[in-house]
Amino acid sequence: MRGARLLKPLVFIVSVGPLAYLALGALLGRLGANPIETITRSTGTWTLRFMLLALAVTPARWLSGWNDLIRVRRMLGLFAFFYGSLHLVTYVWLDQFFDWAAIAKDVAKRPFITAGFTAYLLLVPLAVTSTAGMIRRLGGRRWRRLHRLAYASAAIGIVHYWWLVKLDTRPPRNYALLLAVLLLARVWVFWQRRRSGSRASSGALVC
Amino acid sequence: MLIKPAPDIRSSEITDEKLYLRRREFMKAAAVPAVAALAGFTPGLAAGAGQEALPNVRKGVVTIDEAWTPWDDVTTYNNFYEFGMDKGDPARNSKKFRTKPWTVKIDGLVKKPGDYQLEDLVAPHALEERVYRLRCVEAWSMVVPWVGFPLRDLIRRVEPQGSAKFIEFATLHDPRQMPGQRLDVLEWPYLEGLRLDEAMHPLTILASGLYGKALPNQNGAPLRLVVPWKYGFKSIKSIVRIRFTAAQPVSSWQASAPQEYGFYSNVNPDVDHPRWSQARERRIGEFFKRKTLMFNGYADQVAGLYAGMDLKKFY
Repeated sequence: MRGARLLKPLVFIVSVGPLAYLALGALLGRLGANPIETITRSTGTWTLRFMLLALAVTPARWLSGWNDLIRVRRMLGLFAFFYGSLHLVTYVWLDQFFDWAAIAKDVAKRPFITAGFTAYLLLVPLAVTSTAGMIRRLGGRRWRRLHRLAYASAAIGIVHYWWLVKLDTRPPRNYALLLAVLLLARVWVFWQRRRSGSRASSGALVC
Repeated sequence: MLIKPAPDIRSSEITDEKLYLRRREFMKAAAVPAVAALAGFTPGLAAGAGQEALPNVRKGVVTIDEAWTPWDDVTTYNNFYEFGMDKGDPARNSKKFRTKPWTVKIDGLVKKPGDYQLEDLVAPHALEERVYRLRCVEAWSMVVPWVGFPLRDLIRRVEPQGSAKFIEFATLHDPRQMPGQRLDVLEWPYLEGLRLDEAMHPLTILASGLYGKALPNQNGAPLRLVVPWKYGFKSIKSIVRIRFTAAQPVSSWQASAPQEYGFYSNVNPDVDHPRWSQARERRIGEFFKRKTLMFNGYADQVAGLYAGMDLKKFY
């Protein structure tokens, strides 16, 4: 299918968009009065958005029956890791300017930074094992089990956002609701399949 | 190898060499606004253009040897939740805000209460330029050349009763004009308070302008408080009521999160916000963070107000 072949480059180009927008804004000096804050916020928000997009691929396949969507899941996940890395680099470099003592204190003392750091660390093994070779080496079953860390990372990432908000918790609440829908969809499908599976007395668990 | 014959080009179609050599200038001139427009960046207006200049301002009454934060930053980056939660929202959403006519109610434990027209309230006072540091509780800071007059001059005019120990201030409550008030993120109207001796301190001013011009709507027009040694949110904007009380008022932030915001909210690098450090701050326009100063650098003038108080307890 031609659309499927175009899907990957298209998603790639769109996914680079937020970075291009920031780079352009920085070049033109138009990131506002507090550019470092703008960059921190934007990269953080896009990390969460790409996490949710990657987690939406499977439910979207169930709903639409368009299985080619699976081709972009890895890319979306890696973009989440990419924007998360930019977010972390922004904090370490632009915000704290490699003041390791201050950073260590922040990570240990500020729950929202502890959460953000944890969410990022959970993404690292997923990024490392995202290649076809690693999937083969781990075996599909173990690989899938490992990559369920994505659920935890997304949840902790949203907690990180929630805890840093001064007053208006609506945006993190919306992310949390979306994540809840995406996870509940999995639970529901798992349960449905188990029921129909046991009726067919195959006994096998499909996940 | 196949070489195509050159197509015929009329001499009128050939670009003049001088123009040709300047091609990069044209491309640059055309590209920057086009790219900026594409990306949704809009060019800023000239500093304070269209903002009414205030006459007879006494310059440099109080000043500091630090660079002023540019007008554009002071007027496009601030918190004023009445106009939205984003720091660009106040400038965007306050354009049609009406500040004329404006009445300030002075009531409570005071000998001359009443509804004062703004003009009558401000007119008896000589306007002064006061260059102050502004430290936000979010750990960013600015240097702002305010125009205003000492609050204590007004307090003396209206003569508080002996029993008055505190002042409570209120911002206008008008959800039709202030879209942020349609959200229940804080209890409206916005309330703030000072101890009477803090209000009487010579550094505490009521401001009606900045950079020699009338206060822009987004910065708290037509009249706001400025208390330079406290976090920015204490400096309440668009004031419509000044009430003298015997009991300590409860500010909107205290009511919303008492474990995070106290009544005093003095700038203090040693007392962290429960969720983030207050030891350093980013001065708008600077790359490196700077150390936050005790009482925002006004310790010599104001530390005496808090002698003997445990500032970790009275944050």
